[in-house]
Amino acid sequence: MNVELPARPKPESTINRPVIADCDIHPCLARPADILPYLPKRWQEHAMTYGMLPRHGYQSGPAYPKGQPDAARLDSWPPDGRPGSDLSFMQAQHLDANRVELGIMTVIAPAAGAAQNLDYSAALARALNEWQVAEWTSKDTRLKASIVVPYEDAAAAAVEIDHWAGHDAFVQVLLLSRTAEPLGQRRYWPIYEAAQRAGLPIGVHAFGYGGYPVTAGGWPSYYIEEMVGHSQCCQALLTSMVIEGVFERFPGTRMVLIEAGLAWLPSLCWRLDKHWSRLRDETPHLRRAPSNYIRDHVWLTTQPMEEPEKRKHFHDIVEWIGIDRLLFATDYPHWDFDDPLWAVPVKLDDGARQALFLDNAKALYGRR
Amino acid sequence: MVRHVIAPAADLPSGERLVAEVAGRKVVIFNLDGEYFGLFNRCPHQGGDLCLGRTTGLVEAGDSPGQYNYSRRGEILRCPWHGWEFDIRTGKSRAEPGRIRAKTYDVDVKSGSELFDGPYQAETVLVSIEDDYIVVEA
Repeated sequence: MNVELPARPKPESTINRPVIADCDIHPCLARPADILPYLPKRWQEHAMTYGMLPRHGYQSGPAYPKGQPDAARLDSWPPDGRPGSDLSFMQAQHLDANRVELGIMTVIAPAAGAAQNLDYSAALARALNEWQVAEWTSKDTRLKASIVVPYEDAAAAAVEIDHWAGHDAFVQVLLLSRTAEPLGQRRYWPIYEAAQRAGLPIGVHAFGYGGYPVTAGGWPSYYIEEMVGHSQCCQALLTSMVIEGVFERFPGTRMVLIEAGLAWLPSLCWRLDKHWSRLRDETPHLRRAPSNYIRDHVWLTTQPMEEPEKRKHFHDIVEWIGIDRLLFATDYPHWDFDDPLWAVPVKLDDGARQALFLDNAKALYGRR
Repeated sequence: MVRHVIAPAADLPSGERLVAEVAGRKVVIFNLDGEYFGLFNRCPHQGGDLCLGRTTGLVEAGDSPGQYNYSRRGEILRCPWHGWEFDIRTGKSRAEPGRIRAKTYDVDVKSGSELFDGPYQAETVLVSIEDDYIVVEA
């Protein structure tokens, strides 16, 4: 008799799995109160008494739960706490099993940068950064952190970036895609200036709270509309970055768009270039065609990637964007996790695979 | 094809599932109201463990807009990762039944005495041969 109860699966054999970099891993707090030890007393009291008011209207926020409980793989719940809250569980299920050599952490919840109370936003960002070092990067050197910043107060965000600049644990500055104004606008420039000073890429992860509808057309009825809304949101913020001249003014800026898709980028470039050739004198601060800036300054993470009806068209998309600008990501432990063995819908040649799954990330996030 | 005796039928009540190792592979076995079905414990999309998925029914559009039908209660398995829906009876995915399907196994229930007819069966394996047993062909 060989009856087995549905139990926690053992990691699969790792023999055929290549070593990878994963550019989107989400650690989270097991319980909201776990951040308290990292906050000054004054903000502990605030967190317990008032909590965080995000930049959002009088409703609870966009769709939740998202597809699966806590937006997570059903098998990613550790014995105690939420998905992504237990390092040893993450090591066994993901880092070891999928042979992650470099894991870029992106803490998107709590969305500290979206707190309306800007002093709390800064305090919570600092606490989350301290927590990332204490609980994650100091315990597993494969993991690297992104600096959470109070991005609606760019001066304070620059202070946070300066504070961590040069620290081994941090390889990126993290913003969320939904912001009070389009990200290219001047109020955010101190962030780019500080990131350039620190030599760090700017990662913009989908989600957050901008106070505006989560699609360009208004508030949707269904979660799936929010999912595809991320590409609209990132098109708008990237357009703003280009047109406002951020890349011209801060030429050291390297920008990573995380979890917003990728196949839309070529079409945006074509459209921008077409209009720019006719409207060039409106933005004389731009010395080059918009697509030029994008080609030089922008990277995209893959998950969740578009899957063309004819799979071979995926090769066209990769060619239009450039394989050197794509970074593999799983989004662990979220429900739309991409398995590195199966996620890419076409067979890439060895060089392209090596670039996509490892080398691009090491080059981008390695020390300069 | 070899028949693998998995478990006493009484161990798998209707609506429940169990995981068995059959010829080196994990198979999830379901009891749908007395009918038994087996699926390879690996989602054909990206490899999630199907045994950890929730079972649901089918929500489908009715004859006119605003009408919905809920059918097949308990007969649809949702992958624990991306939520792909699979028909437990056929293994076919709901979204792309022609392309994405979970591998199925034939599952049967046999009485102990039926299984106990060979000369090489060790009598000690089956404690009580009056019971029924779940059998998978693989």
